[in-house]
Amino acid sequence: MASGNELIASGDYIKHHLQNLTYGQNPDTGIWELAHTAQEAKDMGFMAVHLDTLGVSFILGSLFLLFFYRIGKKMTTDTPSGAQNFIESIIEFIDENVRGSFNGKNPMVAPLALTTFIWIVLMNTMDLVPVDWLPYLAQQVGVFFGADPHHVFFKVVPTTDPNATFGMSIGIFILILYYSIKEKGAGGFAGELLFHPFGKMMLPFNLFLEGVNLIAKPVSLALRLFGNMYAGEMIFILIALLPFWIQWSLSLPWAIFHILIVLLQAFIFMTLVIVYMDMAHQKEEH
Amino acid sequence: MNINLTMIGQLIMFAMFTWFCMKFIWPPIVAAMDERKKRIESSLIAAERGLSEQKEAEQKAQEVLNQSKDQAAEIIANAGRQAASMVEDAKDVASQEADRIKTSAQSEIEQEAMRARNELKDQVSDLVMQGVSSVLSKEVDAKAHKGMLNKLSQSL
Repeated sequence: MASGNELIASGDYIKHHLQNLTYGQNPDTGIWELAHTAQEAKDMGFMAVHLDTLGVSFILGSLFLLFFYRIGKKMTTDTPSGAQNFIESIIEFIDENVRGSFNGKNPMVAPLALTTFIWIVLMNTMDLVPVDWLPYLAQQVGVFFGADPHHVFFKVVPTTDPNATFGMSIGIFILILYYSIKEKGAGGFAGELLFHPFGKMMLPFNLFLEGVNLIAKPVSLALRLFGNMYAGEMIFILIALLPFWIQWSLSLPWAIFHILIVLLQAFIFMTLVIVYMDMAHQKEEH
Repeated sequence: MNINLTMIGQLIMFAMFTWFCMKFIWPPIVAAMDERKKRIESSLIAAERGLSEQKEAEQKAQEVLNQSKDQAAEIIANAGRQAASMVEDAKDVASQEADRIKTSAQSEIEQEAMRARNELKDQVSDLVMQGVSSVLSKEVDAKAHKGMLNKLSQSL
């Protein structure tokens, strides 16, 4: 039986793990600083940034681009080497998906799909790093710079931060709007919103239905990825609370299962991006 | 789980990464892959063409071989015929030559015999003359009887 103290400790442990490293303006003192507690981070409001989310996702995205850029620069049309083979198979996989789902002509969609897929895979993969390693490392660095170890937060997986997933899905939403207006014309796009699916007589109802449909795209895109990764991370944290000698028997199967989720969620995100882009490019009435 | 500026940061980062990928990563890789595809296609076509060319060449070679075999057979037959005729000719020439040599030898023999006979005749007539003249040394005037003697020796 866990005592009351232990319960509080585990609650703190979980909360600590789910708190981002937030930098913003302290509303009480007016000083720009790192939040010391979850409450402080919350009080900072919109004018704050999660340094861990931005940092990890920036590092991962840069690694992806750097790796692909270096291989792309010394691409050979002769027999490809190992790394080139690897990249070519990814490119081919993306290209196949784009060809299959996207019927318009836009040179941006395939690179967009590649970026989303690889970036999300990398960000999700951070979930497979044992939950305490990177936060512990961050804590040590924080202590080195004179911070209180209990106030150094570090959330490793960017996709468990809704800011990251919504940031991406809003980007996609902007592209959907842009290409819908560009390809269909403002009138065509408005017509799609107003006169579907029930014709002129039901205009307000149509607008409501299509409006929800449109807004649901970025929201579902972001929430699906966030929810899956957050839940996965949560389970890793809960497993980490167990006695150390039993942890492996749960965390190993979950990690193996999570590899599937990591790839699957990235794939779903990418596929939906391609499908949404395709819908934005479709001119004909349906 | 607060929504804040991170979202905007993430959006900007996403846009930057996509732009970079579109500008510097996707085109060269796809271009290289397309080029390889084209090269493989063209080399496959070339290989097929080479194969058919080889087949054609083999056929042609076989034809040439057959032709030359025919020609060789013809040449050999011709040569045989020519050789036979040459032998025939040579035989004819040889027998003609032999005939000629024979006839010339015969005529030579005849001439020789004639000459020997004449010589003999002369000697006999001389001997007769000597004998007659020694017998009739006084009665016979050599000059007067010369004609008669000659006639005699001629008839011998």
